[in-house]
Amino acid sequence: MSERDLKNTNVTAIAPRASTRPPAHGAEDLRNPGVPLELDWIDEIRVNRSAAERRIDSLAGRRTVKKDWQAAWLLKAISLMDLTTLAGDDTEGRVRRLCAKARQPVRTDLLDALGARDLDVKAAAVCVYHAFVRTAVDALEGSGVEIAAVSTGFPAGHSPFETRLAEIGASVAAGATEIDIVVSRRHVLKADWRALYDEVAAFRKACGPAHLKAIIATGELGSIGKVGKASMTAMMAGADFIKTSTGMESVNATLPVSLIMMRMIREYHARTGFKIGFKPAGGIAEAKTALAYLILLKEELGADWMTPKLFRFGASRLLGDIERQLEHHATGRYSAANRHPMG
Amino acid sequence: MEYGPAPEEHGYVLEWLAAHKFGFKLFINGEWVAPRVKAEPIVSYNPATGETLALIARASPGDVDAAVAAAKAAFPDWSARSGHARARCLYALARLVQKNSRFLAVLETLDNGKPIRETRDIDIPLVARHFYHHAGWAQLRDEEFPDHEPLGVVGQIIPWNFPLLMLAWKIAPAIAAGNCVVLKPAEFTSLSALYFAELCREAGVPPGVVNIITGEGDTGEALVRHPDVAKIAFTGSTEVGRLIRRATAGSGKKVSLELGGKSPFIIFEDADLDGAVEGLIDAIWFNQGQVCCAGSRLLVEESVAESIYDRIRRRLSAFRVGDPLDKAVDMGAVVDPVQRARIDQLVKCSKSEGGIVWTPDIAMPGRGCFYPPTLITGVGTGNVAMREEIFGPVLTAMSFRTLKEAVELANNTTYGLAATIWTENVNRALEAASQMKAGVVWINMTNGFDAACGFGGYRESGFGREGGREGFIDYLKLRREWGAASIAGKVAPSGAIAPVEGVDESPKNYIGGKQKRPDGGRTRPVFDHRGALAGRVGLGNRKDVRDAVEAAFKAEDWSRASGHARAQILYFIAENLSKRALEFADRLCTLAGGTKAGARAQVELSISRLFSYAAWADKYDGLAHSPPQRNIVMAVNEPIGVMGVICPDAPPLLSFVSLWAPALAMGNRVVVVPSETCPLIATDFYQVLETSDLPGGVLNIVTGERDALTKTLAEHDQVDAIWYHGDASGSRKVEEASATNLKQTWVNDGRARDWRAARTGEGREFLRRATQVKNIWLPYGD
Repeated sequence: MSERDLKNTNVTAIAPRASTRPPAHGAEDLRNPGVPLELDWIDEIRVNRSAAERRIDSLAGRRTVKKDWQAAWLLKAISLMDLTTLAGDDTEGRVRRLCAKARQPVRTDLLDALGARDLDVKAAAVCVYHAFVRTAVDALEGSGVEIAAVSTGFPAGHSPFETRLAEIGASVAAGATEIDIVVSRRHVLKADWRALYDEVAAFRKACGPAHLKAIIATGELGSIGKVGKASMTAMMAGADFIKTSTGMESVNATLPVSLIMMRMIREYHARTGFKIGFKPAGGIAEAKTALAYLILLKEELGADWMTPKLFRFGASRLLGDIERQLEHHATGRYSAANRHPMG
Repeated sequence: MEYGPAPEEHGYVLEWLAAHKFGFKLFINGEWVAPRVKAEPIVSYNPATGETLALIARASPGDVDAAVAAAKAAFPDWSARSGHARARCLYALARLVQKNSRFLAVLETLDNGKPIRETRDIDIPLVARHFYHHAGWAQLRDEEFPDHEPLGVVGQIIPWNFPLLMLAWKIAPAIAAGNCVVLKPAEFTSLSALYFAELCREAGVPPGVVNIITGEGDTGEALVRHPDVAKIAFTGSTEVGRLIRRATAGSGKKVSLELGGKSPFIIFEDADLDGAVEGLIDAIWFNQGQVCCAGSRLLVEESVAESIYDRIRRRLSAFRVGDPLDKAVDMGAVVDPVQRARIDQLVKCSKSEGGIVWTPDIAMPGRGCFYPPTLITGVGTGNVAMREEIFGPVLTAMSFRTLKEAVELANNTTYGLAATIWTENVNRALEAASQMKAGVVWINMTNGFDAACGFGGYRESGFGREGGREGFIDYLKLRREWGAASIAGKVAPSGAIAPVEGVDESPKNYIGGKQKRPDGGRTRPVFDHRGALAGRVGLGNRKDVRDAVEAAFKAEDWSRASGHARAQILYFIAENLSKRALEFADRLCTLAGGTKAGARAQVELSISRLFSYAAWADKYDGLAHSPPQRNIVMAVNEPIGVMGVICPDAPPLLSFVSLWAPALAMGNRVVVVPSETCPLIATDFYQVLETSDLPGGVLNIVTGERDALTKTLAEHDQVDAIWYHGDASGSRKVEEASATNLKQTWVNDGRARDWRAARTGEGREFLRRATQVKNIWLPYGD
């Protein structure tokens, strides 16, 4: 179906498959155990919103990826995706369909046209409510796709503390390999960092081997400085990932807020040697937005972070747009949504 | 995961060059005209590749004559048009710039070497914004600037670092006000100006209103020296600015100069440190550092200095330098190998003086004129990289301990263009901003520009503003400001002696709040209006002027006092003068002649004038701008500093009061040379001052020979401005001498002023001349 000669494509060269990466080793690649709460680290945080916005505006003109590079980056974006369904009308069938899409996110003929079949592109994880963890575990068996559950009274986090801990335990027991927890926004709003730290530390303990992604709910914190402080507290408490949003707030992931969270990750890494992952979520629906996030990631944290171990997109609609862009790259024609299998 | 190439298409721009057969003529009177004298054309080339773009004509003095003549001929019609008619032309230009924005961005990048990101996202949008904004000033001129008129033909000379933007900053206000212009772009970067000439035709700008002549320094010099040019507006080096100041001295031309800088960039420990590092990227690694207001001197609080240096090194290690047409580079090419060699030489010199030079390990292009981003640490304040404007991508850094020290280091320069301050503490930010000796202060941001916000320097960074109200008025003048009559001739001594009534007096100088005997121990005779010897005053010399300037310099508290406090003193002076009104009137009659009623009127008018400036002291407020970015920009009217004021001979009391009172009201400290023929009125005034709580040093009075004292004042590097009322030759000498430290001058060119009329004897023009505008940018958001 490709009308273009893609024999010379270097997509594969630009986006090496995840499995060809050198094995992780060294102290830096150990899982973050958390550190005792250091209130000084929080007090020292200074964030200037206008400066953050200017960095984002400026970066949009400083970096771009075109042609083969763009295709390679978009394939990379797919491999960093937590395909998500978090709706009241979710069913087992719906979740199974999503899992199938996670295993096989791009049409094989399209991958062939791009010369990217060898990349073995798949989503990083599927993200569901606890009720569907079992379904996802079955559907994804042997795929290498992780199973993430939103536990802890998602999205508001107001259910009893013991209930939230039990929810984590249940999800892990059901086979979830990652738990996306929500923090109590009231602790952040009241600047009660001790309470926030204790909460996340308890969640982390409850997670056991499963990785903990702490949702900061940045749109509900009222100040970009609080985003930085909540991020730092969550990392000290042992979060493996920090995540922007539930997707349910009026303002979800934004680039300026992501910039601040990435800088906090860099700061934490400089202080402790542990690398924390970042997950923007909510409202990321277009391929070009995804590229902007990846560019920001590369610039602020470096190419080391461009791996599923350290970066995820929380997204439900993003994949569809990426598929259309990839087809455009392969054919030179703009594509249509109905040409790509639904997730 | 790498970025790959992302080239901007540019073939259509080359087609335009081809349509001009890769060669350009001069744009005079709306036509393309070949130069009158056949000369080797200037080769315009792309600094990123070294490839030739086009050949540029060299305008000879004869071509300059033709361009000025065309502008002069167009002036009567253009200036007589309604503001609305001019506004339509400027609006059309703004629209045309927008419609051709990508073309202009690509052309500018090809010619200059700066990244397409900058021309596309910064330069060209600001060009359009400038024409929009000034279409507005054209529309509103008569209402907002009553009693003002345009100057005539304006000569404008612009640099190569922002070719089209500097053109816009020059042409938009000039033609909006009703002037006609002859503009010379820089020889390295004339192409966008030539394209703009085509847009002028399309916009319906009448022939002769805008003339573009290309050439090198000699073309510029012919323009500067042209007798039919009413004003020279120049942006460029301080060195050339001085030449222009000297060349125009005594010509009556208005001059505005936007010159060099070595602007401080201050980071306090409570700043958003990563944000501040991004600010540095915008400060010194913007346009390859070829920016007059570049934050090239980093001053960082010692507690975070190493952390900042580490962050800079990490950030620059991800820098991309390369083809400026690539949409994914941070920095493009330096404009010319000459410039690169100069940068390199200064960096080597800094290194030899102990500077630690660091550059990141990043890929640099194999060909073209590129220079890597560079950080220099380990320097003292005397290091060449701390003092000299490098005009390249080189940051020099040192630490400080306290706000006070940061301010001292920041102001420890001959320049004063811009300053940047990073802190999350608004108290600290505004305290530091108020103390910066700079025309633009950016808080938690840098290199922000907007047509509504004036831009221009303090000290040797030049004078005059571009943008805003303060920039627009530089292209206007007050109607009938000066009388044609020259200063009255001196009275010849008759040999008679007017007997002293009462006890003999020994008038001295008034320095630092005390009466001081003249340093040379000499006096000079003073004659009354009939030529009779009326007494003796001190014959002040260089050292008296030196002491007076020193006293004025030390009285800096006056500049920080509130307008209310200054008003109280001026009212008190008026009150005390009023108590002695009869005595002063008698003295005026005796010394200067005239009727008793006339003398009484002069004293009463002097009291009224003191009231006027006491009134103004807390009312000549600045403005708060809201540029398109989320910002408040405070345009603050600040005192200039230490001023020298040379009074005319007559009317001795009224002109004396009329000159220093506005200067004091605005917070300046002044050294006055009173009427040469009638100085006893000023020496009598000491007692008024001494009883009025005026702090010592705020007003200093030195009597003696006008031109001798003026020379010392005009040459004094601690004097920031000088107002001169004497003869034409004295005016010329003041302007010439002022070039050394580029002090602001206001001279009468031998003309007289009506001091009695409120229209010419007092008011806003005096206040404007006694102040300089500082624009403080403060972005907000949490």
